[in-house]
Amino acid sequence: MSAIRVSGKDRNADQNADRNADLRAAVRGRRIEAVVIGASAGGVEALVALLPALPEDFALPVFCILHLPGDRESRLAELFDDRLPLPVREAADKESIEPGTVYFAGSGYHLSVEKDRTFSLSCEPPIHFARPAIDVLMESAADAYGPCRRPRRHPADRRQPRRGRRHGPDPRVRRLHGGAGPRGCPGPDHAAPRHRRLPTQSDFAPAAHLYPVAHVGDE
Amino acid sequence: MDADAGADLKNHVTRPPSDIDIELRMLMEAVYLKYNYDFRDYTGASQKRRVLTALRAMELDTVSALQARVMHDPAAFAQLLQFLTIPVTEMFRDPDYYAAIRKQVVPFLKTYPSLNVWVAGCSTGEEVYSLAILLKEEGLLERTQMYATDINPESLDAARRGVMPLDRMRLYTENYQKAGGTRAFSDYYTAAYGGALFDRALVENVTFADHSLATDTVFAETHFISCRNVMIYFNRRLQNRVLGLFHESLCHRGFLGLGSKESIDFSTYAERFEPLDKRMRLFRKVGT
Repeated sequence: MSAIRVSGKDRNADQNADRNADLRAAVRGRRIEAVVIGASAGGVEALVALLPALPEDFALPVFCILHLPGDRESRLAELFDDRLPLPVREAADKESIEPGTVYFAGSGYHLSVEKDRTFSLSCEPPIHFARPAIDVLMESAADAYGPCRRPRRHPADRRQPRRGRRHGPDPRVRRLHGGAGPRGCPGPDHAAPRHRRLPTQSDFAPAAHLYPVAHVGDE
Repeated sequence: MDADAGADLKNHVTRPPSDIDIELRMLMEAVYLKYNYDFRDYTGASQKRRVLTALRAMELDTVSALQARVMHDPAAFAQLLQFLTIPVTEMFRDPDYYAAIRKQVVPFLKTYPSLNVWVAGCSTGEEVYSLAILLKEEGLLERTQMYATDINPESLDAARRGVMPLDRMRLYTENYQKAGGTRAFSDYYTAAYGGALFDRALVENVTFADHSLATDTVFAETHFISCRNVMIYFNRRLQNRVLGLFHESLCHRGFLGLGSKESIDFSTYAERFEPLDKRMRLFRKVGT
């Protein structure tokens, strides 16, 4: 599993081209089995930009989870069902995961992926006030699908110091990679002098890729 | 992105189990053989999270170390049990569920001269007290025998005591009102020392008992079973077993209530319960 972070801010075309190359490098040689998208409440907009770009014959299951306030019923599956060429459903307990289907995590329960490729719900306490929590879904998906094949690292990458070492990488992101993710990939502001700025979230998540929303849909 | 990414999705290769998965299975086997608590058919992801939480709390490095500790120290098992079971609940959780019981189940229950109600997986008793209040207001409590069962003795003790944290009362009062409560919620409890002690009369006819849905059998004929957010922790095999128990226990056309996101669609019992209120997860037994 590979962590890709999407930001709302668009950047110039050159950087986007770089990022596309990074993304392609990150997924090359990997057998991708599912896509997990986690977002905060503002992420609906990002999903509106992102999901309709999926082609009708998209072969992977897509799991979407948003940290929405409160325990209100989520209507996201209904909202997107009309907008996408793919079937969209709220993930149900013990349901088998179908390829080419977009699933949303319902409200009030944590959503996990099981090793037999089914969903399970649980009422464990909220994590950082969120239930469903992105961490739970991502960790369980990473665990169920396992690490994908390790891509060959470029020798130059090996010499590059790891990002965020002083603070230590975010253990959650490390778990997503199962130790097999690409390291040393450029962070969000790799052109800027690193030592002068405050650490951003990507410093804590050295292996994540950061992409502007508008651009991910084009890929 | 990757054209053939999903090509072999259907026939995915099952990977060899990781070390921790092997350890987890051995732990559950040990717990079953030694203490007769059967967690072997619980869903993997949630169980793994809880064992890892227990590891941190008990300051152990590996699941194997936890297994060794649990094997030789019953107190350590009692501690682990608190992590393996999930006492996260509230009174009148999902008020609409209770409103639906009041409206759609109670009229049928009123036709019986005496009632058996089973709260399966009652945890720390929130659901038991909620149902007791509802039955009292509907004039049914006196002729009802309630069975409240759970596998966690500490939870059962808490349920018997009937003391809820006082800071939860605001939420519970709100839930109670939304659920169609007809009185002042504070009539049912006495507040003191940061706790709310619920009226003992509510649970006079309640039998709190240790009963495992994974290993025990049916103990009574019942008219209504409420089992909310318990079966989500079970795999399909164990879900089927439990639905079998409920089907056997329920009287002709008896009622079953589940948690708001639970489904029997993927079980072998899908045809043997008919929905009374699909959204509220209220079902009736079909057949014998």
